[in-house]
Amino acid sequence: MIQPLAEPGRYTLTAGPIGRADARPSGEGLIETQKLEVSIGPQHPSTHGVFRMDCVLDGETVIALKPVMGYLHRNHEQLAERMAWLGSMPYTDRLDYFNSMTNNWAYALAVERLAGIKVPDRAEYIRVIMSELTRILNHSCVIGFMLQDLGAWGTPLLYAFRERERILDLFEAVSGSRMMCNYMRFGGVRVDMTPKDLAAANDIVARFPRFLDEFEKLLTTNEVLLARTQRIGILPKELAINAGISGPMARASGVEYDVRKIDRYGVYGRFDFRVPVGDVGDVYDRYYVRVLEMRQSINILQQALRDIPAGPHIAPEVKLRNFKIPPGDGYGRIEAPKGELGFYLVSDEGGKQPYRYHVRPPSFINLTTLEDMCLGHKVADVVIVLGSIDIVLGEVDR
Amino acid sequence: MEGIEKIKEVAALAVPGAQIEIVNSTPAAQQPALLVNREHVHAVAKFFKEDPRFQMDFCSCVTGVDYLPKADKPGFIEVVYHLYSVAQRQGPIVLKVRAPRELDSCRVPSLTPLWRGCEFQEREAYDLYGVKFDGHPDLRRILMWDEFTDHPMRKDYAPPADYEWEPTPHDDTLQRSAQAGGIVPPTAIQELEKARKK
Repeated sequence: MIQPLAEPGRYTLTAGPIGRADARPSGEGLIETQKLEVSIGPQHPSTHGVFRMDCVLDGETVIALKPVMGYLHRNHEQLAERMAWLGSMPYTDRLDYFNSMTNNWAYALAVERLAGIKVPDRAEYIRVIMSELTRILNHSCVIGFMLQDLGAWGTPLLYAFRERERILDLFEAVSGSRMMCNYMRFGGVRVDMTPKDLAAANDIVARFPRFLDEFEKLLTTNEVLLARTQRIGILPKELAINAGISGPMARASGVEYDVRKIDRYGVYGRFDFRVPVGDVGDVYDRYYVRVLEMRQSINILQQALRDIPAGPHIAPEVKLRNFKIPPGDGYGRIEAPKGELGFYLVSDEGGKQPYRYHVRPPSFINLTTLEDMCLGHKVADVVIVLGSIDIVLGEVDR
Repeated sequence: MEGIEKIKEVAALAVPGAQIEIVNSTPAAQQPALLVNREHVHAVAKFFKEDPRFQMDFCSCVTGVDYLPKADKPGFIEVVYHLYSVAQRQGPIVLKVRAPRELDSCRVPSLTPLWRGCEFQEREAYDLYGVKFDGHPDLRRILMWDEFTDHPMRKDYAPPADYEWEPTPHDDTLQRSAQAGGIVPPTAIQELEKARKK
C-alpha cells in the first residue's frame, strides 16, 4: 500500500496561526500545548552542510517537515553546458565531494555510451578498484557521521577517518589529488596504476576487515545504538520504489536493486558478490546494510586486484582534443555509494559541448521521503534519520 | 523487453488517441524515446506503470530541456522521463513530452501522482525552466530562492549585471561618508550611484 501524498497546504509553514491561537489541550486535557515551528539549519552542524528543515513540532513530536535546499546552488548544469565535454570532468568532483571517483565514472560512462567508446580491460579494472575503495571510504565515514549525530562525539568518526586517510593517500599517489581526483577520462583513466600503487591497494584491502570487525564490535550490538536507531524512520518498500529511492537506503527497505547487478556496467559482470538487503527499513538497517556492503566491496576489491590484466589504461583511439559526439541524447547511470548516479546528456549539431547536461543526484532524490520517515518521531530522531539518508549538499544543490 | 516499435504499438493500442512518435538517441546509445502528446502522456505513463508486461515502477530521472526556435521550426521545452522496472529488472523506457516555450502555455501534466520520485525533479524543472506541471501537489521553487523571478536554465536567459548587489543597512552611512569626503571603497560608491539612478 503506497502512502498517499502529502496534501498541498496541509501545514502552511510561516503562514497559519501558530502560537496561542493554535493551542490545544493535550491528551489528558490538563496542560495546553502549542505547535511550534522550528527551522533546523542551514547552519546547524547536524544538517551535514547548508541544508534546512522547516519542522512543525507538537511538544517534541514532529508533525510536519519540509526540506529546504538551494543554499549551495551554483547552476552546475549550466556551467557544464558552456564548456567542452571534457571541461566539466573536474567539476563533477565537486558534486559529491566525498566520492569524486564515482562521479567521474558516471560522467565518463554517460559520454562513452553516447559516443560508443569501448574501454580497455585494465582501465575497467582500475575504475572498479577506485570506485569500490570510494564506497568503503564513504560508508565508513557516513556511519561515523551518523554516530556523531547520535552523540558519540568524535571517536567512531576518527576511527573511520583513520582508514579514510590511507585510501586518500592512495588516491593522491594515483591521481595527484586527495579529494578532487579528476581521474577518469573518456575511454579509460588518466594515468596508469603502478605496481607500487597496486601493492598499496592490496595493503588497504588486507587490513580493512580488521578495522571493520573492530568497528562492528563496538557498534553493531551497542545498546545505545540499538535503542536510538531501531524502529526509527521506517521507510516501507513500496514507498521506497515509488519515490525513486536508490542505493543503500532502498536496499535497507528490502528493495533488491543494485545497478552493478542490473546493468553490469564496466566489468561488474565478472565479479562474484552479493547484494545485502534489509527487511525493516529503519535507521539500524541502513547502518547495517552499509557495513555489509563494505564487506562485499572488500570481496570485489580482492577479486579485481587479483585479476587485473596488463594493457593500455586508456583507449588509444579516443582523441580528447576536439572531442565530438554525434547529435542525439542518452542516459548513463552507475551505482554510486549514495545511490543511482546518472547523467542525461544531449548533443546537438557540432557536438563540441553538451547541449543539455543533467545530473540525477541520488541524495537529492533520497530526500523526497524525509518527511514520511520523520513524522511522529521526536525532533532528536530527525537528525539521525537525516544522517542515515547520507546526503552531501554539493550534490543536492548542484 | 521488446523493441521500441513494438512498445509503441502496444502503448498506442492501450491508450486510444495518443499520438506517439519514436525519437532516436545517438546511434551508439541505443536509447530511443517515445514522444507523447501532452493530453495523453499521463495515460501512457500510467499504462507503462500498471501493465504487467512493463511494470515501470521506478521513475529514475526527470529532465527539462530547452530547444530554441530555429529558422523553420518553433522552439519548445521538452521534459524527459526515464522509467525503469525494479520488479522486472528492465528498462529504460524514455518518455518525452513537449510544451511551447511561452511561459503562460508552458504546461505539462505532472507524473508525481504516479511516481513520487518525480516530486523534487519536477519542482526543479519548474524552477529552472518554467514548466508548470498540472496536478503537482507542491509546485514551488526548489533550488533558486523564492523571490527569484526568472528561469535561469533557459537558453535565452541573461543574468543581470549586478545580481550580487542589494541594498544594505549601511547605504545611508556610506552616502553621508561620501558626501563628507570620507574614504569609501570605490565599488560601494559605484553601487550607490547605480542605486540612485534607479
